[in-house]
Amino acid sequence: MANLLGGHKRIERNVTLLAVLAFITVAIGGIIEIAPLFWISATVVKVQGVRPYTPLEQVGRNIYVREGCYGCHSQMIRPFRDEVERYGHYSLSSESMYDHPFQWGSERTGPDLARIGGRYSDTWHVEHMTDPRSVVPESIMPPYAFLADRDVKVSDIADHLRALRRVGVPYTDEDIASAQADLVTQGSADADASGLAKRYPDAKARDFDGDPGRLTEMDALVAYLQSLGTHIDFNAAEPLEKAK
Amino acid sequence: MKVGGWFAAALLAFIAFALSTDTGFAVHMAIVGVAALLTAAATMVRADHGALAGIWPPATPGGDSYDDEVIRWGVIATVFWGLVGFLAGLVIASQLAYPLLNLHSEYTTFGRLRPLHTSAVIFAFGGNALIATSYYVVQRTCRTRLAFPWLARFVFWGYQLFIVLAATGYVMGITESREYAEPEWYVDIWLTIVWVSYLAVYVGTVVRRHEPHIYVANWFYLGFIITVAMLHLVNNMSLPPSWFGSKSYSAFSGVQDALTQWWYGHNAVGFFLTAGFLGMMYYFVPKQAERPIYSYRLSIVHFWSLIFLYIWAGPHHLHYTALPDWAQTLGMVFSIVLWMPSWGGMINGLMTLNGAWDKVRTDPIIRMMVFALAFYGMATFEGPMMSIKSVNSLSHYTNWTIGHVHSGALGWNGMITFAALYYMAPRLWGRERLYSLRLVNWHFWLATIGIVLYASSMWVAGITQGLMWREYGSDGYLVYAFAEVVAAMHPYYVIRVSGGVLYLAGTIIMAWNIGMTIRGRLRVEAPMTDAAYDPSRDRPLPRAGTVQPVAAE
Repeated sequence: MANLLGGHKRIERNVTLLAVLAFITVAIGGIIEIAPLFWISATVVKVQGVRPYTPLEQVGRNIYVREGCYGCHSQMIRPFRDEVERYGHYSLSSESMYDHPFQWGSERTGPDLARIGGRYSDTWHVEHMTDPRSVVPESIMPPYAFLADRDVKVSDIADHLRALRRVGVPYTDEDIASAQADLVTQGSADADASGLAKRYPDAKARDFDGDPGRLTEMDALVAYLQSLGTHIDFNAAEPLEKAK
Repeated sequence: MKVGGWFAAALLAFIAFALSTDTGFAVHMAIVGVAALLTAAATMVRADHGALAGIWPPATPGGDSYDDEVIRWGVIATVFWGLVGFLAGLVIASQLAYPLLNLHSEYTTFGRLRPLHTSAVIFAFGGNALIATSYYVVQRTCRTRLAFPWLARFVFWGYQLFIVLAATGYVMGITESREYAEPEWYVDIWLTIVWVSYLAVYVGTVVRRHEPHIYVANWFYLGFIITVAMLHLVNNMSLPPSWFGSKSYSAFSGVQDALTQWWYGHNAVGFFLTAGFLGMMYYFVPKQAERPIYSYRLSIVHFWSLIFLYIWAGPHHLHYTALPDWAQTLGMVFSIVLWMPSWGGMINGLMTLNGAWDKVRTDPIIRMMVFALAFYGMATFEGPMMSIKSVNSLSHYTNWTIGHVHSGALGWNGMITFAALYYMAPRLWGRERLYSLRLVNWHFWLATIGIVLYASSMWVAGITQGLMWREYGSDGYLVYAFAEVVAAMHPYYVIRVSGGVLYLAGTIIMAWNIGMTIRGRLRVEAPMTDAAYDPSRDRPLPRAGTVQPVAAE
């Protein structure tokens, strides 16, 4: 111990040595914990059905991020009986593999939203966003009526998809070229959505906010919410035991 | 030449303003441009008259005193941002109790104001306190003036610009959604420049020291500065779709993004709110108690084990998520081990008061420090306990976490900062003493009762929430709908608001007290204690039959 302390005298007389040793000390934990997640393939096992967000869903997701929804809503169902019964199948890592950034959240002031898609009607969502207490009297959520008055910015969506591709989302050139058209198509009830359906299987195209003729932020946010957790068909999944 | 540089910066900002693709980015570039113009103007005024510094007594140029000008600004900024941050907290706590207070405006929703509160408290209040105290401590423990004085001032003002950009950004909805790292890419780049300058000033000052040894407080400050730089750079890697827009996309996704963020998030606690504030503790507690630090060996063990272990603890924020199990278990194990160095630090601080415990009664500043260390000890026991997976399965996602964070933030960070401010204020402005010690006493009790109300209500709320969510009836169904659990939280949210009111009231008293101290007023008041104290009699009686030794002094 005395020897060790003697050695420490050198460290505390040399600021460079102190800084370098401190840096090495704090770097170790992160390297061992985080780096392997990028090359251990079992970290994210791709599951059939999971796909990148459509342009409209991605715009909705950006609104979700902008409004800080993650401050009160998680998107991560833990494998407990009560959570699975309340919210649905526990979350798989592949379900957030195209999420830049992730939205797992840390608080449930409001309920988990990982599988909110398809649980309520579009009208319910619009009512709830406009005046949360009109549909859930106990709710303490802020009102988001202003979303219905704001048009979605269409012109730069291709740039957004391009940026997402550069950080790893597998958008094709065709996806990017038709991003603007897909964005508009998905938010209207009467446009030809066959191209959209080809590029994004199971994507729903309709007028989400009940205001036909306008593509509002409400359209985008509801489209995003309605897609959450709906991509994997858990009933169709074969148990591994049977497959053997 | 400097003026020209600032003008060029302003020009660039206005060009970016003109090219911006969204309103938020345009507003921010306008703010940057105006800030650069103001700096250019200030530089010119100083160059022409050299008199502006004169409004700050005592004049700092000259080598016979420490370079305290920027620390005085820092004290004022800390008090100001503390008021802003606590007020923002009070507002959002009230919104949870009474949702009408979201005011039907997009700019005042809980979602946008919550990061405003967390950043104002952690980075504006805490960050300014750290910068100011580190400048104070490093000069005095190294017996030298700050290196690169102009850069030290740039760090201070650059950091204020960072805060303004971050805060205005949140209100406009500019966020990366990474908790405690919400500012967007261009604000992150600016903070990187400021932070590297901070490191340069700090290390430069240590290099110029006249003491052979680097005092332990500086190890902690240095560890904090280096680690925060590493965390900030890795966690904020992102790509904007346009160089003239505010939005960016994280370089990582899903699992990897989550762990990177919580590796950052937990070490924002570990290094910003712990290591940096321990630097404060290691200087101000011995100074105020007028006793040397309890154990030099313990400080060595404390420092190295704390910084090594803290960095592993991040995965405990992701228990039972889609994060691989091995990472969760690793995070849990290291979080539990972390209990030991944390308490080592608390013991080192508390035992420093050996022989000076009477001051807890007579000196409210010492009492604040003791209370801060006690809450540090409580929070660092509670944290490892909550990181145990089975405990976490109940506590996670509930208000228990909020209670835990605030017992650490209000109790440890708040109280040790208040104590350091009270210590520095009369010394920095050359006053005989604080305006009023009795007001410090008021502040102490208001803050203490506020913390107790806050933490206890959130503990009860959190455990209630966790139990209600998982409650099954005899019929085998879940008993409570989610909305019923929300409704059950109302009384606790109201109690929390009352705790916040008391804590803020204490801070307002502090602002008044420090303001009057700066103005040089002394409140005429009775001393805190009349009991005469005679150190020579404060010792045990000799055992019967032994000869009483002559006093060692």
